[in-house]
Amino acid sequence: MTRPAIAWEHVSVVLDGVPVVHDATLEVEAGSWLSLIGPNGAGKTTLVRTLGGSVHHTGRIEVRGHDGRSLSVRERSRELALVPQHPVIPPGIGVFDYVLLGRVPHQGLRCSPSLVDRRRTVAVLQRLDLDGFADRRVDTLSGGERQRVVLARALVQDTPLLVLDEPTAALDVGHQLEVLELIADIRTERELTVVTTVHDLTVAGQFADQVAIMAGGRVVAVGAPAVVLTPEQIGAHWGVDAICHVDDDGAVTVSVQRRRERRRSADTPAAASLTTRSGSGSRGPGSEGGPEPSNAPRPRPADPDRAPAGDAAPATTTQEDDRR
Amino acid sequence: MALATPAPAARRAAADHVGDLPDTTRLRAGWLLAGLGAVALATVVGVVSGPVGLPIGGTVAELADHLPFVDVDSGLTDAQRAIIWDIRAPRVVLGLLVGALLAGAGAGYQGVFRNPLADPFLLGIAAGAGLGATLAIVGGWGDGAGAFDAVPLAAFVGALVAVGVAATLSGRPGRTGTPATLILAGVAVASFFTAVQTYVQQRHADTLRQVYSWILGTLSTSGWDEVLVLVPYVAVCGAVLLAAIGPLDVLAVGDDEATSLGVRPARIRALVLVAASLATAAAVAVSGLIGFVGLIVPHAVRQVAGITHRRVVPLSMLFGGAFLALADVLARTVQSPAELPIGVITAFIGAPFFLFILRSHPVAS
Repeated sequence: MTRPAIAWEHVSVVLDGVPVVHDATLEVEAGSWLSLIGPNGAGKTTLVRTLGGSVHHTGRIEVRGHDGRSLSVRERSRELALVPQHPVIPPGIGVFDYVLLGRVPHQGLRCSPSLVDRRRTVAVLQRLDLDGFADRRVDTLSGGERQRVVLARALVQDTPLLVLDEPTAALDVGHQLEVLELIADIRTERELTVVTTVHDLTVAGQFADQVAIMAGGRVVAVGAPAVVLTPEQIGAHWGVDAICHVDDDGAVTVSVQRRRERRRSADTPAAASLTTRSGSGSRGPGSEGGPEPSNAPRPRPADPDRAPAGDAAPATTTQEDDRR
Repeated sequence: MALATPAPAARRAAADHVGDLPDTTRLRAGWLLAGLGAVALATVVGVVSGPVGLPIGGTVAELADHLPFVDVDSGLTDAQRAIIWDIRAPRVVLGLLVGALLAGAGAGYQGVFRNPLADPFLLGIAAGAGLGATLAIVGGWGDGAGAFDAVPLAAFVGALVAVGVAATLSGRPGRTGTPATLILAGVAVASFFTAVQTYVQQRHADTLRQVYSWILGTLSTSGWDEVLVLVPYVAVCGAVLLAAIGPLDVLAVGDDEATSLGVRPARIRALVLVAASLATAAAVAVSGLIGFVGLIVPHAVRQVAGITHRRVVPLSMLFGGAFLALADVLARTVQSPAELPIGVITAFIGAPFFLFILRSHPVAS
């Protein structure tokens, strides 16, 4: 195996006194697509944010062979394009100007765009079928269009690594697939390494080469979708009954059912059903048997995929909201 | 890493298309000329207006005569020339400089705090500068003359303390608060510093009148001295603010994303905050507390010329100067021969404007 494009080695993060990521060790092979999945508050977003250099962490992060701590902010911005779940769109900014901001890593101290920067921006807008939108204001676009604009900003950065936090959370099924297929195509064209966090397990099972489950701040399982996305894992970490269908090519489709106990007797209290479940089928290779950190989200008897976009999880999502 | 290598024709089309795009990230010459025109207009109106009537044609000729490479005969008497050059011109120039400083500072604060309501006056920064300057005046540390006099320097210290307190109160370390909390913190800071200032003022009755007329804001001058005090501040602050316009545009996407684009938000924020606070302090030291210029002018510029700081900062400085020079004409003429404090004029225009912005921006969210 070649040198990993990204490697987290024993990375831990404490935010405002709350441990959010524990001793995470994970590697992303160059040219592959890794999807980080896990219940709300599992630490997925925080783990990918450590790549941006603005989250204090212990342990070591390696980005394409460079020690993360030795990379300057500028060098890092040329290796890795990071798209947050809720990008800050400056009020009133135009599509072209916004995408052009992605060229800042290639500009001087005064951040003045050159003709090359403008040409790159136009080329990427054309590639994403956004050239008709160049004059529009970003805040007037639909969710799907806006997501493509944000993706365009990351692509003009011309980095070998593309990291997307929940790229499709706000989109309907059709637009989700459209954006993901686009990422898949461009990844092939440019030989990019892609890391995404996703809530939709089927998305992870269809698009990723590797899937990593995070729970309670730990990486508890890593592997090919068909290996990791099993009813046992999903039951253990999300607290739902799942049916996993594996295609011939290894892609996994996950569908989630209403819990059997709930269906059998509608008046069973939720707490009781949680208790029943927690004993069932935890056979993952991870260490979820260990003591859960205080901020570990309580599994909910609801389908996490159907939660509204940007839903609030106890620990990590709160600080994400503050960031906006 | 190229895109799916477009055909030469497509690449040419892409290149051609660059020219068709609205070039919204640069300051266009037309806007610059409009700003300079506003400054010229304000200068002429400011010099012509006053208790002693001056012929417009002669005044324009006299002013033009002092431009480089221009030589015209204005036909004015020596007395008229003295009125222009000894009384009115220094005052107009002072208005231009103070307006440029306040509007430039406002644009800088708004960029740094990502807050359309940030203004030297509303954030309590002017009050901090006022307290510093009051201490310097009653302490007899300086006489308000010379660029490195104690009054502007004390005002600068006061301004930095105020902006530090307001920013700290409104957000957690390393993060700025929401627009609403920042303004509320600014109100608290302004009230506190104003209270301290009033206390200091009352304890020193001998300087009460001097301090009081200055607090309300005035551009009355004793000639070119005050102008000379301001020139180095305008030069330094203007240069720093203009150098930071590109990074300020990047900062608009938030600290995390700006960092991931290779920019260090803390450095840019510190640089712009110091420059804007220095600008505020210099303006306050010379002309007292003049509110709302830093709010109205950048906002109006953004509405008309677009949101990029490449336009907002330079145009705010030009139009801010013109705005304040014209506001001073009103202050001088409305109750002539008595003078209204110019802060009254700017507040009269600015306060309703503030409410208008408040209603059009959902700041509470």
